[in-house]
Amino acid sequence: MNYTFIALVENKPGVLNRVASLFRRRNFNIESLAVGRTENPEVSRMTVVVDCPNGDMDAHKIEANLYKLVNVIDVQDVTRQPSVTRDLALIKIKVGPEKRAEVNGLAEIFRAHIVDVAFDSVIVEITGTEDKIEGMIELLRPLGIVEMVRTGQVAMTRGLTDGVRRVQGVTGNRYEDVSEMAEMAP
Amino acid sequence: MKKTGAEILWECVVREGVEVVFGYPGGANMPIYDAMLSYPIHHVLVRHEQGGAHMADGYARASGKVGMAMGTSGPGATNLVTGIATAMMDSVPVVFVTGQVAAHLIGGDAFQEVDMTGITLPITKHNYLVTRADEIAEVVREAFYIARSGRPGPVLIDICKNAQVESCEFEYPENVKLPGYQPVDHSPKEALENAVKLIEKAQRPVILCGHGVLVSKAEEALMNFAVKTQTPVASTLLGLGAFPASHELSLGMMGMHGEVHTNLAIQNSDLILAFGMRFDDRVTGTLKTYAPHAKKIHVEIDPSEIHKNVAVDVPLVGDLKTVLTDLVPMVDEYDHEEWKKQINEWKSEADARSIMNWPDDGKLYVPHLIGDIWKATGGGAIVTTDVGQHQMWTAQYYAFDKPNRWLTSGGAGTMGFGLPSAIGAWFANKEQEVWAVAGDGGFQMTAAELTTAVQEGANVKVAIMNNSFLGMVRQWQEFFFEKRYSAVNMLSPDFVKLAEAHGVPARRVTKREEVDEAIAWARSIKGPTVIEFKVEMEDAVYPMVPAGAALDQMLQRPVKK
Ligand SMILES: Cc1ncc(C[n+]2csc(CCOP(=O)(O)OP(=O)(O)O)c2C)c(N)n1
Ligand SMILES: [Mg+2]
Repeated sequence: MNYTFIALVENKPGVLNRVASLFRRRNFNIESLAVGRTENPEVSRMTVVVDCPNGDMDAHKIEANLYKLVNVIDVQDVTRQPSVTRDLALIKIKVGPEKRAEVNGLAEIFRAHIVDVAFDSVIVEITGTEDKIEGMIELLRPLGIVEMVRTGQVAMTRGLTDGVRRVQGVTGNRYEDVSEMAEMAP
Repeated sequence: MKKTGAEILWECVVREGVEVVFGYPGGANMPIYDAMLSYPIHHVLVRHEQGGAHMADGYARASGKVGMAMGTSGPGATNLVTGIATAMMDSVPVVFVTGQVAAHLIGGDAFQEVDMTGITLPITKHNYLVTRADEIAEVVREAFYIARSGRPGPVLIDICKNAQVESCEFEYPENVKLPGYQPVDHSPKEALENAVKLIEKAQRPVILCGHGVLVSKAEEALMNFAVKTQTPVASTLLGLGAFPASHELSLGMMGMHGEVHTNLAIQNSDLILAFGMRFDDRVTGTLKTYAPHAKKIHVEIDPSEIHKNVAVDVPLVGDLKTVLTDLVPMVDEYDHEEWKKQINEWKSEADARSIMNWPDDGKLYVPHLIGDIWKATGGGAIVTTDVGQHQMWTAQYYAFDKPNRWLTSGGAGTMGFGLPSAIGAWFANKEQEVWAVAGDGGFQMTAAELTTAVQEGANVKVAIMNNSFLGMVRQWQEFFFEKRYSAVNMLSPDFVKLAEAHGVPARRVTKREEVDEAIAWARSIKGPTVIEFKVEMEDAVYPMVPAGAALDQMLQRPVKK
């Protein structure tokens, strides 16, 4: 089963490499990984979707291992949390003028947009959950997809609730605390 | 005040309490070596960077302080890699400082450029690439803090040459800011109460004492817990010495070459108290049948070790000493007479087979020699080893009563660790007697450090257990490959002449009656010595749990006819 984690990490060079290397080293299978800035310039946010064949046991392993990375500030599992997840895809379809209307119709149903029109192709932009995007791709496929790119999922819990934090003793470090994190005397 | 990056490095290193550094210079760290001359640092010039890494490791294990080793960029840095991995696998705090090409050259395949932070990513607790002088102070402060706190480990600082020579304003950072790094120290009360409930019900409890007991300095807390609850204590390879071997509750070593009664106790226990250990495959045997009747309490500072190999009933994440100190007043006194009696019966059955009871048959056996060294040194020496049969025999027969005297490469199993780690340990305490028990194979991997020992006057006693074989591999070929010996037959140089060529007094021993005198001779000399023991070539380490077998499926030493 796929689990979705949100990790807050220090915005420093090489941190993405550390996370990716960890997943490879510990044999975790990444389904999707998206990284971006947050409202705090010192913090980046990763949404990682990982296949966890052993369920919560694997999720515990992933969280605990992420915390071993010195630059990882917080890890939440939002898999079963009410949350908004979004993926964005750009899909290029080989269609001439005669079939554009068909694409347009599909796009409307999925609330997607045509963002580029050329003589022999169009680019459709769609945002939504995995399922929705998969659904649209299936319908577009017969028309001739020539190129596709997806950002990977990003996620955010609804309301002010957090995800699950399994790792004992590690208290979740909320976003806003990070910049004024107590300095630790070694 | 303005200082160069290299000066700032030493300003900070000296403030961390470092007095001795093991290293090797080269183009990319020359400014560091130049600045070092102005600081109260004793530098040990090693013969190979791997040797330096193991020395810093041995120093750290013996002293409980952070060790420090250095190398230049490229090959100097990659020569450290085995030593870094060795420290990582055994959670040893060492800070490694390597030179790197100038920042503007990085990525261009410059002379002696190697991506060290990339290479060491999986074998360090953390690492840094420093491109500017003004980063150095904070990085060094963080590196030492990370290396020694929580679950300790190696930290590498790769410093670009320009950062070493450039100057900047130096102000010592009293604190470091590490928002993502917060080792847990104690477990919550409710978790402890859950542990107490299991302890109350237990009839056949066993403590598994790991390296974490030593790291956390929890020896006394462990003793209090074990005595109050009368729980027998089995040790991992690296946990030896944390609980006195001579104590009536001590079961000695567990695992692949653990004692019979110890493994039987674990397999038959109804409660396992795992203290600062990680259920390595070398101590569990196959997990399918591991301690099938036991509930498990796991006290461990690294949350990623919880449920990693063995799912446990009560995990207690925290510093072992703190957790045990909190736990002791919460538990009742027990006697567990029946259980201890059962274990003792197993023990006397196994003892009947012990090689220690064999009469002298004119051959030299490593277990006997270890017993002799133990007797001569009053059991109080620091003992290091290489990896192989001699390592297991030393673990089995040098009964460690005191902590931090037993230095061996457990997790990585690094041959060549013995001599350099002994030199490092000697620097930790120059009054302390230090023995390196070496294999003929392992010794040849780092033998060049003999000269380092001479140059430094390091008072280390090397005992080479020469069986003319890569003995442990030979043993596996004997047991599991129908005695088809492949690449284990090892020609060695004349070790006595080799030692003497290094300026090290040396002797060869072939008979048991020469042993005591040779040991006494070595001990009487101040400075390094070598004794080569020509030992039985095809003896095997027993008991042995074959890889993948259940922990109680042990091959035992055949009874001597
Ligand atoms: C660097 C390294 N290479 C290979 C091995 C595999 N290995 C484990 S034990 C052993 C034999 C060691 O022989 P020796 O040093 O003579 O010790 P003995 O087992 O004979 O006591 C070997 C080759 C290892 N542990 N480390
Ligand atoms: Mg050998």
